[in-house]
Amino acid sequence: MILAAVLLAILAVLLAWPVPLALARSSWPDRAPGTALLLWQAIALAGVLSLIGSLLVAGLAPYGAHPVAAIRVLTGDALRGAVPQGTTTGSALALAAAILLGAHLVLNLVATVVRTERQRARHRSLVLLLSAPMPETPRTRVLDATAPIAYCLPGTARSLTVLSAGLLALLSEQEVQGVVEHERAHLRQHHALVLVAFRAWRIALPWFPVASRAQDAVGLLTEMLADDQARRTVPDPVLARAIAIVASGGGAPGVPLEDAAAADPVSVGRRVRRLVSPASAPRAVRAVVPIAAVALVVVPPVLLAMPSFTG
Amino acid sequence: MESLGELERTALEQLWDAAGPLTPGELRDRLAIGDQRGLALTTVMTVLSRLEKKGFVARDRTVRPATYAPVSAREEYVAELMHDALGAAGDRTEALARFVGRASADETAALRRLLGLD
Repeated sequence: MILAAVLLAILAVLLAWPVPLALARSSWPDRAPGTALLLWQAIALAGVLSLIGSLLVAGLAPYGAHPVAAIRVLTGDALRGAVPQGTTTGSALALAAAILLGAHLVLNLVATVVRTERQRARHRSLVLLLSAPMPETPRTRVLDATAPIAYCLPGTARSLTVLSAGLLALLSEQEVQGVVEHERAHLRQHHALVLVAFRAWRIALPWFPVASRAQDAVGLLTEMLADDQARRTVPDPVLARAIAIVASGGGAPGVPLEDAAAADPVSVGRRVRRLVSPASAPRAVRAVVPIAAVALVVVPPVLLAMPSFTG
Repeated sequence: MESLGELERTALEQLWDAAGPLTPGELRDRLAIGDQRGLALTTVMTVLSRLEKKGFVARDRTVRPATYAPVSAREEYVAELMHDALGAAGDRTEALARFVGRASADETAALRRLLGLD
């Protein structure tokens, strides 16, 4: 089992640091955001699986050649109230770490989903009470605010797109259409689900800077995917103008730009530039990356289960 | 027929505009202005109880008939809403997916030049 534990640990280290950093630095994701989003999800999932898997295998090693058999021995002894034979301090620590880490990640995901839902519900009720429905546009509300604002509120049957009066005044009809299509794409493609998972991951691992990079990268990729949907309805230059105008605040008074420290200027530039000079991803990327993503997720369970590694 | 949600909105607006707490009957009369058919009192009661359940209005049971008043001023809710919508609330606003974040003045100036907006 030690070989499996070592291989899983190596994979975990690779997926925790060099692989996501290389992906965050590469330029092809702007040209193939869907593929890149798939890869980020595979890296996150496989990274967590291999880390927990390597601890689990190391923790179970004293009880048997195969993890399933080892778990049977362990639970059998534990139920009788006996410390299983062969337990060492190291194996006990590894097993405890695997269980704690797994529980920590799962509980954090649940807590983040619940908190996010509660915030959205509160915000939705405020929007419904303080905004007017947009004429002839279903599920779209108009806020009486001068700043150009557009966002969407996901919800199983009650999703909303919210625009401000300032945005409608600032943009042409076609630009508004682009914004609306962009927000609808977020809702249709359920980007909120991916985002909440990466948000939970970052909150669960505050000492792990790559989690925050991953969240930023995934957020930008969902924006690009939504842009790509909007491009089917409005021409690229129109959408690019809408993004630039809204990002600059349209010179709206009362909203100092300094307040927007959280906003990432680089992401706005990247979104606009890929619209101004569109290019498709290298063929190699389109062919290899999806396969690599699937392989990443398959490898940890195979390493856990295969007798040739565990025997 | 307006949806219940729209009725909640107009009812709360009337309560905000009113000088003091309103009875369901007074609220119905205010809502009836500009609407020839008027509303059934039971509908107004339903709308008020929904608003009460959501914590937007409070019922005063010490008087008869009971009166209703907004819990907070409109401005407070608008401030909370805008705080979320403009992304000033930090982690909380990650619950919303905004069309675009704010870019720095330098970056947007460069983008506007690139697109020939200025």
